[in-house]
Amino acid sequence: MDLTTFLIQCLNSVQYGLLLFLVASGLTLIFGIMGVINLAHGSFYMIGAYLAYTLASYTGNFALSLLIGIVLSVLFGYLLEWGFFSFLYEREHLLQVLMTFGLILVFEELRSILVDDDVHGVPVPSWLEGSIPIGNNMTYPIYRLFMSGVCLAIAVAMYYLIRKTRIGMMVRAGATNREMVQSLGINISLLYRFVFAGGVALAIFAGMIASPVSSVYPGMGNSVLILSFVVVVIGGIGSVKGALVAALLIGFVETFGIVFWQQAAGALVYVLMAAILLWKPEGLFKQGT
Amino acid sequence: MKRYAFWIWLVAFALAATLPLLPPPIGTEFYIALGTRILIMAIFALSLQLLVGYTGLVSLGHAAFFACAAYTVAMLTPEYEAGNGWWLVLASIGTSGLLALVIGILVMRTRGIYFIMATLAFAQMVYFVFHDFAFFGGSDGTYIYFRPEFSLFGWQLVDLEDLNQFYWFTLLALLITVAVLAQLLRSRLGHAIVGIKYNEQRMRATGYDTMAYKLASFVIGGMFAGLAGFLFALQYGFVNPEFASWHQSGNGLLMIILGGLGSLPGAVLGAVVFELMRVWYQDLTEHWQLLLGGTIIAVAAFMPKGLMGGFSGLRLPHRRFARVKATAPAQTTATTVMQPQEHA
Repeated sequence: MDLTTFLIQCLNSVQYGLLLFLVASGLTLIFGIMGVINLAHGSFYMIGAYLAYTLASYTGNFALSLLIGIVLSVLFGYLLEWGFFSFLYEREHLLQVLMTFGLILVFEELRSILVDDDVHGVPVPSWLEGSIPIGNNMTYPIYRLFMSGVCLAIAVAMYYLIRKTRIGMMVRAGATNREMVQSLGINISLLYRFVFAGGVALAIFAGMIASPVSSVYPGMGNSVLILSFVVVVIGGIGSVKGALVAALLIGFVETFGIVFWQQAAGALVYVLMAAILLWKPEGLFKQGT
Repeated sequence: MKRYAFWIWLVAFALAATLPLLPPPIGTEFYIALGTRILIMAIFALSLQLLVGYTGLVSLGHAAFFACAAYTVAMLTPEYEAGNGWWLVLASIGTSGLLALVIGILVMRTRGIYFIMATLAFAQMVYFVFHDFAFFGGSDGTYIYFRPEFSLFGWQLVDLEDLNQFYWFTLLALLITVAVLAQLLRSRLGHAIVGIKYNEQRMRATGYDTMAYKLASFVIGGMFAGLAGFLFALQYGFVNPEFASWHQSGNGLLMIILGGLGSLPGAVLGAVVFELMRVWYQDLTEHWQLLLGGTIIAVAAFMPKGLMGGFSGLRLPHRRFARVKATAPAQTTATTVMQPQEHA
């Protein structure tokens, strides 16, 4: 492997890892703060991709459809929390697993009824078309760089929001002691609702910006969901920083796994997870970091 | 109560055994095959019940052991003749148990939500091994052309190629599973794992090596899931990676919750209701998964105690329900600890 190929694979790993981070950070937040295990999180990613496809055919403008998508996804998350997830906070994990498992089936069928079961593609917006040359005869698509940039910006914004702002402080406090925060006069239910909506929006947004690169197909949320679980397990539940590190780690392992040993690439990530579980059963980082 | 339960089991098994003899439209090929499938799923649900309902280990990766046994029988069956049934059933249950031991040692280090995610991830690893390695036949899987032969001293005991005999054979397997699990729950091990479910710390303080007990439960559950996988592979004559998919694990969880947690009859009942519901929904509409998903959500919201527990969750508003449980732990524990024995 020469240097240029290596560089390109590194860029791919980072891009893949950052996208995974976007999905997994929502999952880890929802779990870490509300204590809800959400199997339907992968469906949000799928919904995002189909949303991008549908909106693209209506608006014809990528940036506009992203904007509409974000608004819709926050609204969707807000309603979902109100209708389904608020039931689950104090229930056993088993019932959470069950209800969100049911939601997956419902989302998949609704998608099948509302859109269809076909595989679609979403065009790359014209202002992000083309690629930049790397080395002598290799190129790298600009859109992928754009994706990495957007994901990175979101990661930084999330860090700032959670660590440095008043809202972030309330969220962190709420994760530690719900009753205490409530007695201090903070409307914790509303806060939870917005955190949940934010998590949903992150996953849907990830699906939307990923849609021009990967094709849009039924069941695309499943693999993302499982990988997000691996990210959360490796990174430590409730830790956004851990999710970032773990997602990048998985991005590199999977990308280079395919290059070097294609047959085992699928299982390699899980071997990594097993090794980390043996070493640190609670994940790499603690909650709230 | 115990003797009473025994007679109910006996009647239920006797009734189930008559299914192939009933006149059409019930005693037809379709229903006998469906009945066989239900019995196999009942074994799978029972094996998961041991983990979830009795030990309190919520596993979302139980399908891994189901698939492992199915692949073992597919790989070990000779290409041009029937294999030795005794050897195949032992081998497939054995490999499932071994896999459960290896995965169990790793996942037992985690608890709660971590345990759910870790079991799911390991099951997914098993899925990818079957899916990506050409040796296992890739995404198409492998076919089993001959059902194994069970013979004793050169005398064939059962002809598994025969639809009715395969049904009765599966029923016998279910009977053995129920008997073994009921006996196990009555034993010291059974009491210990139920104790762990309700208060692991206290069990550890009383001198139990809780890790070993949980691992034992995990391995036994894995072995019975293996038995189900073995039968399932034989019934359909093929294996593919979907056997290990997390939908299979999720369906198992649904069955035991539908039937009722911490109850052996509940697991069987849940499997029966789930499979019948699925067939009915599939018959009803092309978008049957919507109905199934809706039912799952309704069960999670309104019937957390399953059919055996009735609609007890319905009357209490959800938030208050949870808090009442939390404030009166002593009483809840005392009454529910007794429950499994009554049902066994």
